[in-house]
Amino acid sequence: MANIKQLKNEYPQIVKEHSPKNKVMINSAKAFLVGGAICTIGQGFTEIYKYYGMAKDDAQMVSTVTLILLSAIFTGFNIYDNIGKFGGAGAAIPITGFANAMVSSAMEFKKEGYVYGMGAKLFTIAGPVIVFGAIASVVAGIIFYFV
Amino acid sequence: MGHTGKQTIVFKNPPVITCAYSSAGPKESAGPLGDYFDNQLQDELLGQETWEKAESILIKQTVQGLLNKADKRPEDIQYLFAGDLQNQVIASTFGLKDFNIPFFGLYGACSTMGESMCLASIMVAGGMADLVMAGTSSHNCAAEKQFRFPLEYAGQRTLTQQWTATASGFVLISRCGKGPKIEAVTPGKIVDLGIKDSFNMGAAMAPAAVDTILAHLEDTNQKPSDFDAIITGDLGNCGSDIAVDIANKLGVDLSKVMNDCGKLIYDDESQDTHCGGSGCGCSGSVFAGYLYKQLLKRNLKKILLIPTGALMSPGSTQQGNTIPGVAHAVSIVMD
Repeated sequence: MANIKQLKNEYPQIVKEHSPKNKVMINSAKAFLVGGAICTIGQGFTEIYKYYGMAKDDAQMVSTVTLILLSAIFTGFNIYDNIGKFGGAGAAIPITGFANAMVSSAMEFKKEGYVYGMGAKLFTIAGPVIVFGAIASVVAGIIFYFV
Repeated sequence: MGHTGKQTIVFKNPPVITCAYSSAGPKESAGPLGDYFDNQLQDELLGQETWEKAESILIKQTVQGLLNKADKRPEDIQYLFAGDLQNQVIASTFGLKDFNIPFFGLYGACSTMGESMCLASIMVAGGMADLVMAGTSSHNCAAEKQFRFPLEYAGQRTLTQQWTATASGFVLISRCGKGPKIEAVTPGKIVDLGIKDSFNMGAAMAPAAVDTILAHLEDTNQKPSDFDAIITGDLGNCGSDIAVDIANKLGVDLSKVMNDCGKLIYDDESQDTHCGGSGCGCSGSVFAGYLYKQLLKRNLKKILLIPTGALMSPGSTQQGNTIPGVAHAVSIVMD
């Protein structure tokens, strides 16, 4: 009988031929629109806060907090995952994506209890971002110190 | 008869599948096969608090449904072979514990319908029992949580990804009675052609499916055209195409008889499932719901069912391991 293992070398090529391809251009355009829209909304909040007399730095910080709050609420109401499905990285990269990663984990693992479930699993997806973000900031700080 | 060729068992006294019962979640019930499922669920949580508990209730309802349909009591069933995708096959444990039927818990990933039917029919045909139950289940949300991401995480699914079915199928396998007969089984080997992409399970499992199909055909000295249909478990659209292609390269033309439960269960365009369905419950419910009824109506008289499984854990793929596949063939005839 013909042995399936004889196809091992050419198998990756066979799989590639039959696998549907991602539409990179359309996906990039969608990511640009969604990411751009989220950032524009953030800028809108900053302008509103400034208009009501907040200092620029404070307004920017409060806008960030507002976006995080909105993302958490949208995740809780099963809306943000649809934005992510449409916008891909455009929804994942802004701070709203980070909030979604934490809130979705909290929702999913709450059933295993507040300590071993939600507490332990809260950073399942967001954890690496914090770890490597902190390391990168240390490296940047050292470079900044000497330059 | 008995052990035939390299890895096939042909039964002298073929066991009979006297009854079958299927349950399907809301999305599966809205699919092209929706009307064929015996128990069509409206609520993905089945009134429970967690996905894991929901899957246990799904199993419980399916087994109770099968007992009712066959007019049997739990004590009439001598042994039970079942498994699911949850860690330590825990959905089956909690779904089945109140029935008090001697239980073999199986893990064959999504090939569990094939594995359970193989073992149950061997037990019956070997004269060890008269009436045995076999089946499996899967739950989309429980599987996503365990193998991928939290449900509300805003990630994008790749185009090769398949949709794990919320579904369950159980069958009764009897020494005598009316119904389609299991004339032979070919347990599959673990086949690994080096696929590492856990978002393309069809590609990981296709070589195992082809290996088992070819072994069955050779051991029983048959051609693909001897079957009305050769139906794999959950290779999905991409995996099915790959399977037909590699079988062709090995000199066997499956294109005219090949189909796949994962291709049948959803309308990928309108239901946005990408590459078809997957999960133990996919082949379980499509066989118990759709194919079994086609056999009873004699629309199909002889099929080869090959549930396919991808053998991996989240840890094994993260550690850089490949994803081996396994597939078990069950040859079913309706006189």
